[in-house]
Amino acid sequence: MPTAILSQETIDSQITDTAVPALAKLKQAGWEQFQQTPMPKRTMERWRFANLQHVTLEGYSIPAAPSADLQKIILDKSNLLSEISARLVFADGYLIGTDSLPSELAAKGVILAPLSEAAQKHPKLLEKYLLKSGTELGGDKFLALHQAYLSSGYVLYVPKGVEIEKPVVIYNWAVSAGAAIFPHTLIVAEDNARVSVVDFYLSFDETSPALATSAADIHAGAGAGVFRKSVQNWNEASQSYQIDTTHAEQDSTITSVSVNLGAKRARFESAIQINGTAANVRLYGLTVADRDQEFDQRTLQVHNAPGATSDLLYKNALLDQARTIFSGMIRVAPDAQKTDAYQTNRNLLLSPEAEANSLPGLEIEANDVKCSHGATTGQLDTSELFYMLARGIPKETAYELLVFGFFEEIIEKVDNEELAETLRNFVQDKFRRRETKLSVS
Amino acid sequence: MSNTLDIRNLNVSVAERQILKNFSLTVPKGEVHALMGPNGTGKSTLAKALSGHEDYAVISGEALLDGENIIGAEPDAIARAGLFMAFQYPSEIPGVTIANFIRAALVARQPKGAPFDAKAYYARLYEKMDALKMDRKFTSRSVNEGFSGGEKKRCEILQMMMLEPKYAIMDETDSGLDIDALRIVADGVNKMRGPDIGILVITHYQRLLDYIVPDKVHVMYDGKIVRSGDKDLALELEKKGYDWVKEEVAIA
Repeated sequence: MPTAILSQETIDSQITDTAVPALAKLKQAGWEQFQQTPMPKRTMERWRFANLQHVTLEGYSIPAAPSADLQKIILDKSNLLSEISARLVFADGYLIGTDSLPSELAAKGVILAPLSEAAQKHPKLLEKYLLKSGTELGGDKFLALHQAYLSSGYVLYVPKGVEIEKPVVIYNWAVSAGAAIFPHTLIVAEDNARVSVVDFYLSFDETSPALATSAADIHAGAGAGVFRKSVQNWNEASQSYQIDTTHAEQDSTITSVSVNLGAKRARFESAIQINGTAANVRLYGLTVADRDQEFDQRTLQVHNAPGATSDLLYKNALLDQARTIFSGMIRVAPDAQKTDAYQTNRNLLLSPEAEANSLPGLEIEANDVKCSHGATTGQLDTSELFYMLARGIPKETAYELLVFGFFEEIIEKVDNEELAETLRNFVQDKFRRRETKLSVS
Repeated sequence: MSNTLDIRNLNVSVAERQILKNFSLTVPKGEVHALMGPNGTGKSTLAKALSGHEDYAVISGEALLDGENIIGAEPDAIARAGLFMAFQYPSEIPGVTIANFIRAALVARQPKGAPFDAKAYYARLYEKMDALKMDRKFTSRSVNEGFSGGEKKRCEILQMMMLEPKYAIMDETDSGLDIDALRIVADGVNKMRGPDIGILVITHYQRLLDYIVPDKVHVMYDGKIVRSGDKDLALELEKKGYDWVKEEVAIA
């Protein structure tokens, strides 16, 4: 069976194997879109500052399912959080483990299902919400590829007024070398529903290169609360493209924490569409970039309705020759009066060779709004460092505490001590893997 | 000499301007000394220079901590040698909790690799916080971030109590404090008084010395000590004002 993702035979066989006609049609449309869309070029506004040298779709294949032994090991490793409502574990795109929702939630109509199952059992839900938004942030080629190979992924549907206390946790593992995987997140929280989701993106080993093209569709109905945490920790041989779109209705509350640690090259697009009045959206990002990693972040906060708030804080720490790009846009429609929209990008440069690019932007068509954007790029504060030294804390320790202090502002936003500890461990592991110590000036 | 903090003929410049001029002072363990003087006379420069701040260039002189010269040592080594500086304007450190901060300072004082007794640590931390009337929730707050002036000073005293230094220099600890906060801070310092610690209280006003009664009072002017006496000197200074000192120096 052909598996190379760029081959017509591969996509043909994938579509033939898709049991649900609507899904097959969606994939076919995705493939056509993919073929019509050019690869990104540096001259494109949405790819400004991006290093395209390592952006390639060549050489990746649809992987076979991991062996039973491997699946067992992966399942055992998928235990980073213990207080959860449900768990799905995907490995190389195959669902290998499910901890179902508690029966009382299922009885209330909550649905948690892999896409393939949801396509059969809940076609209307998919028809209404799945991949409806596209992206205007530049990643359309990758989103089209994602659509064409859509297979792994899940749907979480929370009916009106239902509250799910503990998080739903999804593990997406990349396993075999050269694997192309396409994780999808579809969250629909109906009016006054409440849910928290953690998506982990992890590699089984440190060296097998993978191509991960992920997308999320998130819908928060009137008065709904959606708390979404995304943790990207692929190995540094991989490429990651993640395209998230969130829709916020009236009085909804959305909090998003996005942690980006892994991949040789990671692009993250996040668009928020505020369509209802008085919605409250908080967007947090934490990126730790080292060696020759590049993190390319493009965000869009669209206010189409009045009286809503969106507040974005993205913090990046850079070491070695790492690069980051933050390009953020706040767009306020003419009718969206009384909007409060903020955007802050803070970059901590821990190496003279690192490069942080910041491109904040505002497009405001309403006249009664509070909007601001700000970007800072700097090194560790010397007075803070001196204060720590004056307490007898050695330089190396003081340095580490300050760097982790920079991260902590975002980490504590996950509002879950177990997850916060997991994130701290991930960051610490990343620092520990480094051959050279942090240089202390 | 052992059991003293002995500052000898210290000359210090900041940005190429000499501030301390042959400054000498000896604070023995078991005593509290007050260092008073008008603004701009070099009191805070003394504190910063002794703590090893790189912006304060020591031209000559020495400071012997129990006989060991600390001039030229790194700030963290000076602190571990037993000198504690309570700062006038303590830094805010976002993302580093008070508990982790003090813990790191204590771990740095242990032999390398020695286990840290976290349970005993928290018990002691809470005991000191209770004594300072600090809410225990402060342990999980970032160091000084968003603290009021009084809370910052209390946090300094808490660190001093936890680190048990041999010598402590309180740099204008009374500035920006209301009377209640002043009492609590003074109470903390008085609790620490004893044969194992020498304390130098730097202050502009007599007010603090109503609560921390010093064994000796020194008056500083233009980079050096111009008068020393017992606690009554502070009262005299309060009555006559600093112009009196300036005039005396001018006559001499």
